[in-house]
Amino acid sequence: MTASILVIADHNNAQLNAVTLNTLQAAVELKAATGSAISVLVAGHQCDTVATEAAAVADVDQVIVIDDATLQNQLAESVAPAVVALTQESSYSHILSAATSFGKDLLPRVAALLDVSQISEIIEVVDAETFVRPIYAGNALATIKSSDAIKVMSVRGTAFDAVAATGGAAEQNRFSVTISNELSRFVSEEKIISERPELTSAAIIISGGRGMQSGENFPMLEKVADKLGAAVGASRAAVDAGFVANDMQVGQTGKIVAPDLYIAVGISGAIQHLAGMKDSKVIVAINKDVEAPIFGVADYGLVADLFEAVPELEQSLS
Amino acid sequence: MKVLVAIKRVVDANVKIRVKSDHSDVDLANVKMAINPFCEIAVEEAIRLKEKGVASEVIAVSVGDDRCQEQLRTALALGADRALQVKTDVAVEPLGVAKLLNAIAVKEGCDLVVLGKQSIDSDNNQTGQMLAAIGNMSQGTFASEVVCEEGQISVTREVDGGLQKLALQLPAVVTTDLRLNEPRFASLPNIMKAKRKPLAVLTPDELSVDVTPRLCTLSVVSPSEREAGVIVSNVAELVEKLKTEAGVL
Ligand SMILES: Cc1cc2nc3c(=O)[nH]c(=O)nc-3n(C[C@H](O)[C@H](O)[C@H](O)COP(=O)(O)OP(=O)(O)OC[C@H]3O[C@@H](n4cnc5c(N)ncnc54)[C@H](O)[C@@H]3O)c2cc1C
Ligand SMILES: Nc1ncnc2c1ncn2[C@@H]1O[C@H](COP(=O)(O)O)[C@@H](O)[C@H]1O
Repeated sequence: MTASILVIADHNNAQLNAVTLNTLQAAVELKAATGSAISVLVAGHQCDTVATEAAAVADVDQVIVIDDATLQNQLAESVAPAVVALTQESSYSHILSAATSFGKDLLPRVAALLDVSQISEIIEVVDAETFVRPIYAGNALATIKSSDAIKVMSVRGTAFDAVAATGGAAEQNRFSVTISNELSRFVSEEKIISERPELTSAAIIISGGRGMQSGENFPMLEKVADKLGAAVGASRAAVDAGFVANDMQVGQTGKIVAPDLYIAVGISGAIQHLAGMKDSKVIVAINKDVEAPIFGVADYGLVADLFEAVPELEQSLS
Repeated sequence: MKVLVAIKRVVDANVKIRVKSDHSDVDLANVKMAINPFCEIAVEEAIRLKEKGVASEVIAVSVGDDRCQEQLRTALALGADRALQVKTDVAVEPLGVAKLLNAIAVKEGCDLVVLGKQSIDSDNNQTGQMLAAIGNMSQGTFASEVVCEEGQISVTREVDGGLQKLALQLPAVVTTDLRLNEPRFASLPNIMKAKRKPLAVLTPDELSVDVTPRLCTLSVVSPSEREAGVIVSNVAELVEKLKTEAGVL
């Protein structure tokens, strides 16, 4: 029996997170290199709709469902042993997940239980054992070859096109395993509900930095976002200052984005911020300081006071 | 309880690194080095736990060559009680570091290990989670708040979409996010005092840990640079160009 490629689905028990389709593109490239089948693991609770969605993805050969009440919140302490139990049942050459907060939390725990190293945030599959990944906030790209029997890697979604969400009819198999988690307990969560698209999948993003001066000024950006169907992001300085929520931070240690259009407003362009957005197709910078490094990467720069330029931009979009 | 803090010596966050011309690695000759910023936050959190009377002792540990003693001294100046260097002359992968940290945590009887969420050089974001797996410990990754209670700790985590709160049994691993605290600066008297605090040196062999690398770096190159574009004179020109030239509106 040849080993297959396992993709751990990112989901909320109701829907597949779109970034899983980008992760699957990396799996498709591995399949081309190895000839192995692609299995998608949906580990959660009452997550049948997710399994159905995953089974409809054209390139998926098999969906494995682990449905257990202890997986409700998908804590790494519960999911990791379940994945390991699965690897004892079937043989896998590669285990992949998206580099989301879920994947980043879970995957190293899986790798360590399997006693293998992990390769984080790959942006290219060279061959079955060789991958490219950014280091030093994306200021260098390393080509890494793994000698481990199972290659465990997280995938940077913006570096791979999404595979088609439909056209497939993969078989769905249930896998049961006894899971207990005496180590950690979910207490609560505060999710930010927004009508706007998600940062990591939005086609247009408008982000604000320290230049915005306060959270009360962010509606200025939101108005532009609403006209463009865009997501709103922020620099670390804006998040640290409490202008906006942590999950809006774009950068080396926040979210990595690559929309068709990224509009940076009142953001200086520190390397850590650039690391999160410099692969955007078109970059616009609005900043009053002509020396701001953001102009060095912007396709279109506007040297202006944002408090005049942004309302004017909004007006000219109607 | 005893708290272990893992610190890594990395390039200073403000340095713009360059790739070596033979593409073997980045060039770190004569470059300013520092404690990884996330590890600074980890040290600060541990010290605050000591100040609150929750931690009885704070032990700073770093895996690396002798130069990492500089960062260990900084941790001592900030308030760690003693330091351990695990001496290795080659870079150890997160799996190896996690095994070494686990061996130390067990040997020292530490109930809490605080690490950064990510090294800003290798950008792995792995070591804390791997340590938790190896030591069969709970994990609170990307923490923005840590509260110690009787026999457990409550951690608020920065996750995609918002914040998540977990209750962790001890022993636990916590990895720090940027909003957890604002690290203090070391005062001159404390820097002087740190010189006399104990710093012990261990080897992976003494801890019976095999740190043989599993990954091999074939090449390191610079990414393609983005060219600066044009400066537009007003909003109308910007919108016009986005519509006709760039075709994104
Ligand atoms: C370990 C580490 C990780 C980090 N991770 C990230 C990360 O993931 N993401 C991130 O963004 N940063 C990150 N940073 C922080 C980064 O180094 C910068 O400090 C940060 O990006 C600066 O944010 P800013 O550009 O909003 O603020 P500033 O650098 O203060 O820039 C504000 C800009 O606004 C302009 N401005 C002010 N008023 C106006 C006005 N009225 N009109 C027009 N322009 C105006 C100014 O000219 C200036 O250029 C990290 C740093 C470290 C050490
Ligand atoms: N060589 C090392 N010595 C001590 N701690 C380390 C070392 N490497 C990683 N760590 C710890 O693990 C965290 C995450 O690192 P990484 O998994 O490499 O991104 C760091 O912030 C440190 O706390």
